[in-house]
Amino acid sequence: MMRITRKRAAVALAAVAALGLSACGSSSDGGGGGGAPKLDNSAIGSVASPSDAKGGTLKFGLAGEWGDTVDPGETYYGYSWDMLRNYARTLVVFKSEPGKAGLELTPDLAEDLGKSSDGGKTWTYTLKPGLKFEDGSPITSKDVKYAVLRSTDKKTFPNGPAYFEGMLNLPKGYDGPYRSKGMNTDSAIETPDDSTIVFHLKTPFAGFDYLAQLPQTAPVPQAKDTGAKYKNHVISSGPYMFQGNYNPTTGFTLVRNPNWDASTDPNRKALPDQMTVKVNMAPDDVDNQIIAGTLDVDIAGTGVQPAALTKVLKDQTLMNRADNPTIARLWYTSINPTVKPFDNIECRKAVEYGMSPRLYQNAYGGKFAGGEIASTVMPPMIPGYQDFDLYGVKDNPGGQEAKAKEALKACGQEGGFETTMGYRDDRPKEKATAEAFQQSLGKIGIKVTPKALPSGDYFSATCGLPSYVVKNNLGLCANGWGADWNDGYGFLSQIVDSRVIRETGGSSNTSVRIPEVDKMIDQATVEQDQAKRDELWGQIDKRVMEEAVIYPGVYAKSVLLRSKNTTNVFVNEAWGYYDYTAMGVKQ
Amino acid sequence: MTTLTPESSRGPAPSPGSHYLEVADLQVHFTTDDGVVKSVDGLSFHLDRGQTLGIVGESGSGKSVTSMAVMGLHTAKNAHISGSIKLGGQELVGADKETVRKLRGKNMAMIFQDPLSSMHPFYTVGNQIVEAYRIHNDVSRKAARAHAIEMLDRVGIPEPGKRVDAFPHQFSGGMRQRAMIAMSLSCDPDLLIADEPTTALDVTVQAQILDLIRDLQKEFDSAVVIITHDLGVVAELADDILVMYAGRAAEYGSAEQLFNSPEHPYTWGLLGSMPRFDKAPTDRLLPIKGTPPSLIQVPEGCAFNPRCDFQPRVGSACLVERPDLHDNGGDHFVACHIPPAERQKIWAQEISPRLS
Amino acid sequence: MISYIIRRLIAAVGLVIVITMITFAIFYLMPRLAGATPETLATRYVGRTATGATVEQTAQRLGFYDPVPVQYWHWLTGVVNGTEFDIGSGVEKCPRPCLGYSFRNKDPVTPEIMRRLPVSFSLAVGAAVLWLTFGVATGVLSALRRGSFFDRAAMTVALAGVSMPIFWTGVMSLSLFSYKLGWTPPGGQYTKLSDNPLEWAHGLLLPWITLALLFSAQYARLTRAGMLETMGEDYIRTARAKGLRERRVVVKHGLRAALTPIVTIFGLDFGLLIGSAVLTETVFGLPGLGQLAIDGTKNNDLPQVLGVVLLIAVFVAIANLVVDLLYAVIDPRVRTK
Repeated sequence: MMRITRKRAAVALAAVAALGLSACGSSSDGGGGGGAPKLDNSAIGSVASPSDAKGGTLKFGLAGEWGDTVDPGETYYGYSWDMLRNYARTLVVFKSEPGKAGLELTPDLAEDLGKSSDGGKTWTYTLKPGLKFEDGSPITSKDVKYAVLRSTDKKTFPNGPAYFEGMLNLPKGYDGPYRSKGMNTDSAIETPDDSTIVFHLKTPFAGFDYLAQLPQTAPVPQAKDTGAKYKNHVISSGPYMFQGNYNPTTGFTLVRNPNWDASTDPNRKALPDQMTVKVNMAPDDVDNQIIAGTLDVDIAGTGVQPAALTKVLKDQTLMNRADNPTIARLWYTSINPTVKPFDNIECRKAVEYGMSPRLYQNAYGGKFAGGEIASTVMPPMIPGYQDFDLYGVKDNPGGQEAKAKEALKACGQEGGFETTMGYRDDRPKEKATAEAFQQSLGKIGIKVTPKALPSGDYFSATCGLPSYVVKNNLGLCANGWGADWNDGYGFLSQIVDSRVIRETGGSSNTSVRIPEVDKMIDQATVEQDQAKRDELWGQIDKRVMEEAVIYPGVYAKSVLLRSKNTTNVFVNEAWGYYDYTAMGVKQ
Repeated sequence: MTTLTPESSRGPAPSPGSHYLEVADLQVHFTTDDGVVKSVDGLSFHLDRGQTLGIVGESGSGKSVTSMAVMGLHTAKNAHISGSIKLGGQELVGADKETVRKLRGKNMAMIFQDPLSSMHPFYTVGNQIVEAYRIHNDVSRKAARAHAIEMLDRVGIPEPGKRVDAFPHQFSGGMRQRAMIAMSLSCDPDLLIADEPTTALDVTVQAQILDLIRDLQKEFDSAVVIITHDLGVVAELADDILVMYAGRAAEYGSAEQLFNSPEHPYTWGLLGSMPRFDKAPTDRLLPIKGTPPSLIQVPEGCAFNPRCDFQPRVGSACLVERPDLHDNGGDHFVACHIPPAERQKIWAQEISPRLS
Repeated sequence: MISYIIRRLIAAVGLVIVITMITFAIFYLMPRLAGATPETLATRYVGRTATGATVEQTAQRLGFYDPVPVQYWHWLTGVVNGTEFDIGSGVEKCPRPCLGYSFRNKDPVTPEIMRRLPVSFSLAVGAAVLWLTFGVATGVLSALRRGSFFDRAAMTVALAGVSMPIFWTGVMSLSLFSYKLGWTPPGGQYTKLSDNPLEWAHGLLLPWITLALLFSAQYARLTRAGMLETMGEDYIRTARAKGLRERRVVVKHGLRAALTPIVTIFGLDFGLLIGSAVLTETVFGLPGLGQLAIDGTKNNDLPQVLGVVLLIAVFVAIANLVVDLLYAVIDPRVRTK
């Protein structure tokens, strides 16, 4: 007994040491040199085990329940969107390619990307000919219109993204096709013929193609729509369709859709004959089965559990099947200027300088499983990302006590002060982050008290409720953000626009209230030229960091593992994990 | 009453094979963490069919241990039995377990003190009698049941056909003991050991049960051992009486001898402890002082000496030498250092007048 | 007897109602006391870009504006009478016993529970058979050979069994028997008994053993203690004095009496286990009720939690009743009282 324990402890130590070493080492990507473990990473920026061989069953596993739903009108989980492309096609879609190309949009149902007129207020798409549903009936622009309209019924689909009803010029009092039957909606969407669809927006929006790639534009035949129950069997427009019903208890199986025409769909390889998704598994079991080969992919895409990470890092054959992508997700901490003395920018800067970036990284699990030290709000893969480091975090992983103390002095708080840091009670990494702040800031005289808050209403009732933040002296709040889609608008609009903050709570933005930034966002939103638009978002990022209302923490990374059976694997940058439309299996 | 022929002679070395039950130099020792408990330490007695032996003594004197040894019920690993127990000429000490098991219930049966705890609460009375009968008799369930009803009838249970299906807790104490007796007699045993058969019963019921045992003994012609701490119980029932103290015999003789001319100070004490209704409460009891000795550290010399009023009269022999069981003539055995004449004088002049 | 059963059933219904009320109260009153409004509650069930109007609509739809007793009444009448649910494209009838619709994914709870019940039931039954067989047998042998090598070894293993957590034994047995040796199917495999009984048992074997290991240990210790006690009873001596074979003494006279307390504990264990084998279900990826309850709790999905709680309460109440009736069968003394 004793011997086993020691041995395990030794292994764990070795793993920690390896992580620590690389964390202290160079900041270059790709695992570093020396004794640090070498992860394969061949599915990042290139295709691992490329293949065109068709056939076989690709097996997905998921710990716990399916996050939300498979209904294209309501789904809002990243892996669900990645998977959805196998059974649903949208007007446009992210390219199914490795590297930066994965962030580019390409037409799917549509012949081309959207054509805008009216200064970005009107967007027109034309459907390809010969598109069919799984039952052989043709897909028309009216099915797309119906799909978008039904998704705006938030009584029926409260969990779905709310972009369309916010932007489309819908008639007043419109309540979705179920409740506002027969109401003319041409002011919002026109379908002059079966292959043309025209969207009319209230205000110009230059990035409308990003909306056109949302699952909500996947066509739904009205005759087959059963509202909240439609998810039991979504009518397929993609290369695969549901075999029988979607079962929330056990998962589902996708089989080939005989009415899918590959000639209309250059984006999808559709290699396996079948895909199975097993849900309600144990997290560690998912990893173990991928190692053993009885499963191929963890569909959640959040990376292996700590137990499996230890295994991977000491086994070269496993490392050869592991990838370590950076995800378009920022783990950060809000510095709330509504809480004294953080109303003074110098006190906020004291936090930026005083916090140790390495401790932040370690709180999230180190360099491989945790993430890369961040100096900006936007992660590097987002178009418009600018590489700046206003507070020198990358060069000073241990924090900068002297500068922090200077800032405190400038703030008039030389003797330090007390503040509270909120974190979600079911997230050990956020707890570790709060403790890291406590430790780092303690050195410069800021006494931080970590405070566990219920996860369920973190944004609606505590950290996201402005009055609560002030009343409870919540100077700091652990936070995290991944965008709905990876451009400046998708990443920044929900977390740096002060106008999304509701006094009644519920916003992800808890600390950024800069009028100038709001104006810049409005400008970027309507800028039609993509290069100029990206430049603007980069400037917004910088402006936010200048105000020191966000401590950026880490750009999330994960260690993904693929089974030995998988072929044609690559990380799609749009999701940050494997592209589920591209993968195949060895026979 | 026994006639004092050589065949019925009591004592350490009876002529072999002449009695139904012969116990010679029986030792039952238990090894425990505190030392060896010598519960029975060199005990000899015998009994014929149709005869009744009363074994009397305080609790812890070894009387129940003796009966359990005869029945072969000492299953504990730490029990060491030596000496000889012969039943109908068959040696039981060291005999094969299975052999002894087959004798149990059939050739020798036992009645216990508390009939409520001694009968299984989950099975009907009839069931338990049927079980006892069928182990030793290859008969149908139905026949066994008829036999059980008959046995219940014979021990005086009214409506035996009905009561046969009742559970022990549905019986009164006396009825339970009757049922217990019916169960032990169901195989017509040659030897019946009754261990404190009336102690747990009401006084009025006690006499009925004793009568029953006596009647049944006559009917079945069995040998009966009655174990009791109460001399009154054996007074009417026993032919012979064995008084035990600290695992050994203190006095052994016919009932007549033990009641009319007891010679051991311990027996005197027991007689003095008998409640009597014809005496005033203040002087009718002559309790024995002190408590029974530890069986791990039995007192040197005579085990009874710390409690004996007459030890000073005898001198140091009582403290040094363990008295053997000696026949003082007439098959009356006593283990005491007081010279026989002196003992008889003390009884006649000092003890007897206070008891009568 | 019948009136006794009816009285017990009424008491059980009362108990179930009280338990669901408490669950309801914990869900609503605790956050309310902490200052939550219907809107903050509803925010849990909308997407992250949802507008205030959506939040209000959701609060309305889920009935959060009603006083808590009224909400409870709605839930209860749903269970008793069935109810209707707006699925957008129309209205769906939810027949009784309608346990409501999931707050999170809007699926009706009753069918979900009915899908999972066989899984939990299969798990509990198989494990119970194993642990009763092995636990009781080990306990009896240990008691009879008290102090022997077998006894000491068995009790040491039992102690280890009680102290080893399922998520450890489960994961270890999976990785050994399933992934290394390939003897059993991987986790997350459940075949319906009606589909293929052999596969059903094959897939459940490891979970059964894992769960049974824990309980066998408890039952072995319990049986041993019970046997040691009963084997010292007077009636055992009587049974031996009758000349019964030792085996019959042990089984018919000793074990029968020693089993009584075990039956009581077994009834409760089994009733509870139906809905609370969470760890085993999680480790082996079995979609059972325990998992549903935990997921429901994590997701603040009151109807899901309530459904499982209700079912567990019913099962425990039934198990209790069955135990009491069994008692009367086992122990005649109870019957006549």
